Amino acid sequence: MTKQLTAVLGTGQTHHRAKRTDVSMPGLLREAIDRAMADAQVDWADIDAVVLGKAPDLFEGVMMPELFLADALGANGKPLLRVHTAGSVGGSTALVAASLVQSGVHRRVLTVAYEKQSESNAMWGLSILPPFQMPVGAGAGGYFAPHVRSYIRRSGAPEHIGAIVAAKDRRNGALNPYAHLRQADITVESVQASQMLWDPIRYDETCPSSDGACAMVLGDEAAGDAVEGGAAWIHATAMRTEPTTFAGRDQVNPQAGRDAAAALWAEAGIKDPLSEVDVAEIYVPFSWFEPMWLENLGFAAEGEGWKVTEAGETAIGGQLPVNPSGGVLSSNPIGASGMLRFSEAAKQVMGRAGDYQVDGARVALGHAYGGGSQYFSMWVVGAAKPR
Amino acid sequence: MPDVAIAGFAQAPNVRETPGTTNGVEMLVPIFAEVFEQTGLSKQDIGFWCSGSSDYLAGRAFSFIAAVDAIGAFPPIHESHVEMDAAWALYEAWLKIKMGEVETALVYGFGKSSAGELRRVLALQLDPYVVTPLWPDSVSIAGIQARMGLEAGLWSEKDLAEVAARGTEKDVSELLDTPYFADPLRRHDIAPITDGAAVVILSTVERARDIVEHPAVLTGIEHRVDSPVLGARDLTRSPSTEIAAKALDLDGVDLAELHAPFTHQELILRSALGLGEHVKINPSGGALAANPMFSAGLARIGEAAARIHRGESRKAVAHATSGPALQQNLVAVLEAR
Repeated sequence: MTKQLTAVLGTGQTHHRAKRTDVSMPGLLREAIDRAMADAQVDWADIDAVVLGKAPDLFEGVMMPELFLADALGANGKPLLRVHTAGSVGGSTALVAASLVQSGVHRRVLTVAYEKQSESNAMWGLSILPPFQMPVGAGAGGYFAPHVRSYIRRSGAPEHIGAIVAAKDRRNGALNPYAHLRQADITVESVQASQMLWDPIRYDETCPSSDGACAMVLGDEAAGDAVEGGAAWIHATAMRTEPTTFAGRDQVNPQAGRDAAAALWAEAGIKDPLSEVDVAEIYVPFSWFEPMWLENLGFAAEGEGWKVTEAGETAIGGQLPVNPSGGVLSSNPIGASGMLRFSEAAKQVMGRAGDYQVDGARVALGHAYGGGSQYFSMWVVGAAKPR
Repeated sequence: MPDVAIAGFAQAPNVRETPGTTNGVEMLVPIFAEVFEQTGLSKQDIGFWCSGSSDYLAGRAFSFIAAVDAIGAFPPIHESHVEMDAAWALYEAWLKIKMGEVETALVYGFGKSSAGELRRVLALQLDPYVVTPLWPDSVSIAGIQARMGLEAGLWSEKDLAEVAARGTEKDVSELLDTPYFADPLRRHDIAPITDGAAVVILSTVERARDIVEHPAVLTGIEHRVDSPVLGARDLTRSPSTEIAAKALDLDGVDLAELHAPFTHQELILRSALGLGEHVKINPSGGALAANPMFSAGLARIGEAAARIHRGESRKAVAHATSGPALQQNLVAVLEAR
């Protein structure tokens, strides 16, 4: 193995809102970047390269926006890469940035991901019908609702599990000053009383649509050693992809996710994820995806994930707090949502998660998925260097 | 850190218009088969897949997802995608081999320029607040760049025609008799609009020796970007290419494949890379012969590598560009070792 040790030196994010009309795209990005660079205590001269990620260009109406953003990204005269892997892109972008350090090519890399849907019309962007493909015509919720129904049927999970997740994540979001939705008073009952959108997914079980950005500074071993209070060391990374549709595909528990998780735990030297991982930031855009991904990631046996959720073990103070930041259910700037999961995992092991800090967090998972549950990217970060 | 080499290259026919869907993934299936036959590898031998393409070219969101079907990606694959020319996907794949994560990678780029009106589509790459609303198209921006060089005395219209005539039956004086397309550019100064795709197989040098007799060893690869503000940089030079070249050893290069969609841009690149008279430029015809968006840069690297595979070059430089007026540039050095 020739991988160089790589660490998260600092993170930053914007205040996420439905419409950030107070800033342009460069302004939005700089809000996250400036915070990440201050957190990492680095200046522009320290940055060797920039990696930008976002979901479809049609969401803002700009083709390859990294080109016009080069000035704002401080990238002039430097290498600039642009990643796009559907909803998992924020995670994949972090992994490309990590590979620039892991390969020994660079010492410090700035990575940033964003979405500013208020600049254009995302529903229009998603509604262009390609030939020869079945139109969904229902947005992401309508696409994923049958997967959730199938999960409930297969696992026999009781109906209120989704509401438990939604109430927990929104209450966690109330602890996060950057979250789009901060609902300290939400309850399982109030979630269950909210409007049904795509049976069985209710309004309060659905992610918002946000403008926002997330940035991180990654560095090599020497840079990680210099971080006051300790950096977040990358222990393992994994990415996997499978096609959207084919006969016999398991869309509830996709093999690409299972394969990525198996590779991740093997590289991190983790045999029992539930007991060895202290906190997980998992991409949960609709509440029921928490138990579904707990199983897909190997935290629970197939059909058993909902029991971990029901027992309260995924709340802050439980055995495996999931999305203490509030997760995608509280903030969803699509292209940045994956990087937020990765950076929130880093913040936990750096002890920088503020009011939603999980006590004694030493090992954390960051997870993202995209497309029709077909793109997966994930990392494990730790307070200690990997063995 | 293992050294990396190019072990295989294939490209789709470069044509004005293909009959397939707007994302053009149909062009990939035959070239995947071709590169597997050429290298003796199969899908299962590939450790990492990486591609470059554009949603705006296809006119739809998530257009690259259809390419996963062209691969037949089951069992699931380790895969990534850049919204850039696939030359930058090759850079990402190079990192994965360098860091010891995989031994082999397959890189592909695809684009169907004919799906829209390319000149107008590319105007969407500009600053959306103050420049795109004016709809300056890509040929007109290149025309401004060419005009600045003419007025500075850096090149003449005859110099440009000579670039276009090289390696063809064309007569320079006849070319200069043709009308302007976008003053000062004539048709021969402008790359054709092309549908196309390309695929490159990368591997550790050790692995490449089993696949091809003369692997093209990737001894250096650098890329840089310049400011997007057209009025804030000297358009008659390419500072990003100059910086990338400085970080590389270009001494002894005998062949160059340059991604120059306009004749004057080839002159800018030759100067930025310091290429002398003895260097053979674009034996493939370059982007002026075929400019498949999002794979033309990767194809430059593939064309250079193929000439090393065939023993026609000992050391070659390949270049890819992206953005208006040579904003972003990648330079790779390939050697027979």
